[in-house]
Amino acid sequence: MNSQILELRQNIARGDTTARKTAASTIDAAEKLNGSLNAFLQIDRAGALKRANELDNDPNRNDLSLAGAPVAIKDNICVKGLQTSCGSRILGSYQPPYNATAIDRLIQAGAIISGKTNCDEFAMGSSNENSAFGPVKNPWDLSRVPGGSSGGSAAAVAAGIVPVALGSDTGGSVRQPAAFCGVIGFKPTYGRVSRYGLVAFGSSLDQIGVLARNTSDAAAVLQVIAGRDVHDATTADVPVPDYIGETEKHLEQGFRLGVSRALLGEGLDDEVRRSIAAAIDTYRELGAEIVDVDLPHAKYAIAVYYIIATAEASSNLARYDGVRYGFRAENAPALRDMYRRTRDEGFGAEVKRRIMLGTYVLSAGYYDAYYLKAQKVRALLRQDFADVFTRCDLVLTPTTPTPAFKFGDKVDDPLAMYLNDVYTVTANLAGIPGVSVPCGQSAEGLPIGMQLLGSYWAESTLFRAAHAFETVRPFTARPPLRADS
Amino acid sequence: MPITEADIEKIAQLAHLEITDDERRMFAPQISEIVTYIEQLNAIDTSNVEPALGGLTPAGEQTKSDRDDQVEQSLGQRVALEQAPDPAGGYFRVPKVLG
Repeated sequence: MNSQILELRQNIARGDTTARKTAASTIDAAEKLNGSLNAFLQIDRAGALKRANELDNDPNRNDLSLAGAPVAIKDNICVKGLQTSCGSRILGSYQPPYNATAIDRLIQAGAIISGKTNCDEFAMGSSNENSAFGPVKNPWDLSRVPGGSSGGSAAAVAAGIVPVALGSDTGGSVRQPAAFCGVIGFKPTYGRVSRYGLVAFGSSLDQIGVLARNTSDAAAVLQVIAGRDVHDATTADVPVPDYIGETEKHLEQGFRLGVSRALLGEGLDDEVRRSIAAAIDTYRELGAEIVDVDLPHAKYAIAVYYIIATAEASSNLARYDGVRYGFRAENAPALRDMYRRTRDEGFGAEVKRRIMLGTYVLSAGYYDAYYLKAQKVRALLRQDFADVFTRCDLVLTPTTPTPAFKFGDKVDDPLAMYLNDVYTVTANLAGIPGVSVPCGQSAEGLPIGMQLLGSYWAESTLFRAAHAFETVRPFTARPPLRADS
Repeated sequence: MPITEADIEKIAQLAHLEITDDERRMFAPQISEIVTYIEQLNAIDTSNVEPALGGLTPAGEQTKSDRDDQVEQSLGQRVALEQAPDPAGGYFRVPKVLG
């Protein structure tokens, strides 16, 4: 599929359309579908039209790489003047006084922010059922989850409301909903995109990512938001390549694709296994050498992840105390009661569960047994990937063990829900980039995603390999509920 | 290790969370199950492993992230207080500290 962003830019440059017309039809579609999908928590008609008018009157607009491109933003990324609720009552209608760095860069490149998308509360969840404002529905089947936590961004892209959206990925929250909704979900290397203005969940794992209908559009957005930022000390001083140009290149001669047989065993849905086997065959036909690889510590990744992510979350979420912004419980007689009631009434069950688990693993007497142990196994997992990437260029896995499941299926069993992230959490623990690419459909018509993982800063290789696949195996199916239906 | 309802109460106190009896009853077995699951890490020998602290890549570690010690513009008092639930006279007002 051709780049929608490039096509729109060309149409605007030729005078076939305007940024304003595009923004208006995007907002119309968002409003029309939101009753069914609940993908947006806020749709910004006034802001989008104002920015589009400015762009239409800007003589330099044709130089802007994202000129007129509608972008939806996950509601845990700060956009000045719009709400940032993180899907939580404790922030509610909080309006940040500044833009995230990624947002500033998108706006400077000519993008039009359409609104804020629904997500699991504080990005904690794999189904969107943890949003305080009701779950997002999957446009392929409204009785199924869109995945999480960036479910609103994935659903908005899949339904064709916007060509691209930003999400955040702490344990798979961009890639997993992308797989469930049949779109591209790209998670960059840790330190590739500034986290300034991204509400912190697990600071050593969080990374802003991109959801798109094709790799070219994902590359165009990453091109703009990637790079060093003085406001985020964890962004690395690594040059940003020409991702769009790299996407168009053919797979290198001698390209080696790693496949771990152990990751294709027990617990994997048969239809997903068949789709992954077909994807491996496709790469072989494209000239790739398939290499068997072993990640001996990958089976511990969920355990490591739920120690480190909850420990960091319990610390990061300590700031929600009802003092400086957001919700405050009423009529508390003293400060301590106010803190406790505010947090009780403001947080949902999953967030409380994770804060408590994180508090427990960090508490006196348990720190070494859990938190320090997890960091050591994290080091072993990083070494596994370092070893694997001496033998292959990328690793291919499923993105999820099953296609999208039904609402309510796992909501009472937190551990079963966590195990859904088994293929995605490794990238966050290792800090490496990954992308989910649609690679098939189940008998029921649900999308299936494959995941490509690369070494640090291997975004170009990921784009190239994803694009090569997309070219020979284009995913042309569309969900029944969509903007142009 | 089994987590009792008394443990849940203690953890909730540490985390400044007020939880109901129903939540205590729900969380105790759920968190027990998760803790039992994460204890599988005990089987791994990590005696000679340095912990991976933070998420930085090698290039991230090498990035110089300090800046010149120059005063930059801050939010300012008015904007900083704009979203406060109970601002008063340029301060964040809270209930009495000693209950």
